[in-house]
Amino acid sequence: MTSPTSPTSPLLSLTGITCAFADGDQIVTALDDVTLDVDRGRMVAVMGPSGSGKSTLLHVACGLVEPSGGSVTIDGQPPPRAGRGEPRLAGSVLRRDARRWWARQRRDAVGVVHQRLNLMPALPVLDNVALPLRLTGTSRAAAAWAARQALAEVDADDLAQATVDRLSIGQQQRVALARAVVGDRALILADEPTAALDTVAAEQLTELLARLAGAGRAVLMVTHDSRLASWADEVVVLRDGRAVDHVTPTLAATGADAEVPVP
Amino acid sequence: MAVREGMLVLLAERPRHGYELKVELERRTGSLWSLNTGQVYTTLDRLQRDGLVEPADDVDPGNDARRRAYRLTGEGEKAARAWLDTTGAVDAPPRDELVMKVLLAAHGPHAEALAVVDAHRHHLLARLQAVRRDRRSAGSPADLAARLCDDVLAVRLEADLRWLDLCTDRLRAHHDPTGGTP
Repeated sequence: MTSPTSPTSPLLSLTGITCAFADGDQIVTALDDVTLDVDRGRMVAVMGPSGSGKSTLLHVACGLVEPSGGSVTIDGQPPPRAGRGEPRLAGSVLRRDARRWWARQRRDAVGVVHQRLNLMPALPVLDNVALPLRLTGTSRAAAAWAARQALAEVDADDLAQATVDRLSIGQQQRVALARAVVGDRALILADEPTAALDTVAAEQLTELLARLAGAGRAVLMVTHDSRLASWADEVVVLRDGRAVDHVTPTLAATGADAEVPVP
Repeated sequence: MAVREGMLVLLAERPRHGYELKVELERRTGSLWSLNTGQVYTTLDRLQRDGLVEPADDVDPGNDARRRAYRLTGEGEKAARAWLDTTGAVDAPPRDELVMKVLLAAHGPHAEALAVVDAHRHHLLARLQAVRRDRRSAGSPADLAARLCDDVLAVRLEADLRWLDLCTDRLRAHHDPTGGTP
């Protein structure tokens, strides 16, 4: 696991994140003052209907979108930013030093799983998982060793030599998850990772994410499905860009007919 | 909650006292039902009024009304059988409290309707999180009844949550048929 540089700060911290985009003459606020932390050993689900801003939040967390307000830190460290001045619009991360910083985070600390898996279909599973390390100059042997470790973590050791296009979608999603954690990246960001899966495979993959968190990683998953979100230690509910609820487990339920209080 | 029907089913087996009915109902349902004694006696009174049960004084001559045993009448036996044999209506939504509250709220102000759905989702989600967490840490219980109750709790919470997610989508679509911003 990546060694923590500042053990007191959460691995991912999003504070007061606001994203305003230009849409023609109008300003659209995709995120409005959203704050959440994801620490090692924790899984947090961000839940909301489409258009609630949850994918934008994930893009902020992996450095694809620079917010118009608020701050992001990875392991206590903020990305390089221009000095505060006029209120700006959110957009792609443009500053060269910030892009380099984020690229380094994605190489060392932050793994991302998308709805679309983007695996190389003709390559063996092992090469797919090793690819991020090979692209950043790790030796073939070291990358293959790390890829085997990652596959073991997602219960897919037996798939190492298979070619990707022979696998089921559920197996492919496991491989994509192994590629996200390869090289001991400690923060996993998953954007609707189960969108292409059937109910059982979706449940298994989500449980696997919960297990990875239980084993010490930090997991942030975006989903529109309450059933899947319930695997997380914390659920943040987004609506129209605002966090409207924050759910943590209550004590064990007392029975099927227990009252549900409504304010 | 079908306390009334549950009692009829137990009385169809043999005459029983009120307290015995309470204990047996709780035992058979894995304590998912928790009844108070008063509720049991009130229900027995109503069943007697409706001609479905009658005192079985020959079983336990009752000086103390609370020790009185009851048996089913012919009508009671038919009612018990009919309830056991009938699958709950699948073409009509179940009239449980969650559904009633959301249905009542759905026709009120939009924001309040969403707030009611959110409040229920909050509590059900928190309970399902707890069920999942407990299962992860403790594994499945060895006892069959406990395990089945555990399963039914998780599956029903999932079903209710899925319905609440649909409610949110439908309420939003109903409120703003154009779909709003992406």
